[in-house]
Amino acid sequence: MSTMPVSPVSPASTSVPTPLVVSAAKARLWMGGALLFGLLAYYFIGVDQGAVSVFGGDMHIHEFVHDSRHLLGFPCH
Amino acid sequence: MEKRIITRGLLAGALAGLVAFCFARIFAEPVIGKAIAYESGRDAAQAALNQAAGLPVDSGGPDIFSRTVQSNIGIGVGLIGFGAAMGAMYAVVYLLCLGRVGRIQPKVLALLVAGAGLAGIYLVPYLKYPANPPAIGHPETIKPRAALYLTMVVCSLAFILAATWLGRRLAPRFGNWNASLLAALGFAVAIGIVMAILPSLGELSANVHLYGHHATETPLPLADPKGNIVYPGFPADVLFSFRFYSICNQVILWGTLALAFGPMAERVLRPVMERAETTGGAGVTAATV
Repeated sequence: MSTMPVSPVSPASTSVPTPLVVSAAKARLWMGGALLFGLLAYYFIGVDQGAVSVFGGDMHIHEFVHDSRHLLGFPCH
Repeated sequence: MEKRIITRGLLAGALAGLVAFCFARIFAEPVIGKAIAYESGRDAAQAALNQAAGLPVDSGGPDIFSRTVQSNIGIGVGLIGFGAAMGAMYAVVYLLCLGRVGRIQPKVLALLVAGAGLAGIYLVPYLKYPANPPAIGHPETIKPRAALYLTMVVCSLAFILAATWLGRRLAPRFGNWNASLLAALGFAVAIGIVMAILPSLGELSANVHLYGHHATETPLPLADPKGNIVYPGFPADVLFSFRFYSICNQVILWGTLALAFGPMAERVLRPVMERAETTGGAGVTAATV
């Protein structure tokens, strides 16, 4: 902490603004994986076994997360 | 670097879900219990009416999980899962925003992205289709309701993205403050048009057919064939409490996410940025660090 170099660009560099740009192409594996995980979890917690269902008439997921589905604002039966 | 940021997003999101669960278990669950009690009582009254009229009595579906499981474990898994999902996607958006939305401090950017997530995923769709407790929502309209709700989510997220882009375009000419206000105005107009076009839930054709014209699906009093009210409409105070706690829950979730993620992200980013500044490069690609 105390050995932080003083930069001419931002003199008060204890908190640095954000100049760096992350290339989406180079980070695509991690970014894509994170987005896929997020969308799948969103779908199964919020939507599945309601309007559409990947497990047909089964209602286990729907019934299990039932209360959170209501509270998070998703439409429910 | 992107790996470290994303795992921190995931972690902060799961923590946010845990905090939201604690809140929900204490404050929201009693209200959900009241809503379910109302629903059971109403179903019983309806069954008695049907029996008296010689109509078939709807037995209702079997309970797969007990209320104890749903209100203690199910809601926890749901909220922590939702938090982790939001945290992972939030971290990706955060990474993409770095250096592309102006020179903003890492912790401030963490708050701004979380604010956009809260608004886009929950708050703006809520303005048109607010959260409903159990007992509100007709099973026969679940398909259009889900489609309409997700339409609002997609539109508000897309318009926030567009407004961010617009704000950046206008900033050189109007300055940051005025450009941000103009972009926000554009967002409000665009989402306002969508909200005006989309139907109210009570006006869905299945609802109009079964119940007549109403704004929402909130249950009205149940009357016997002579018109005497045999069971009241959904209690207004329970509805308010549920919707209020629903908002609190999401604000807590996104707030915890931002406050937990911000300092962690700053710790990851600081050395990277300092290296970039000392080497004089304004931009650094993730793969090099």
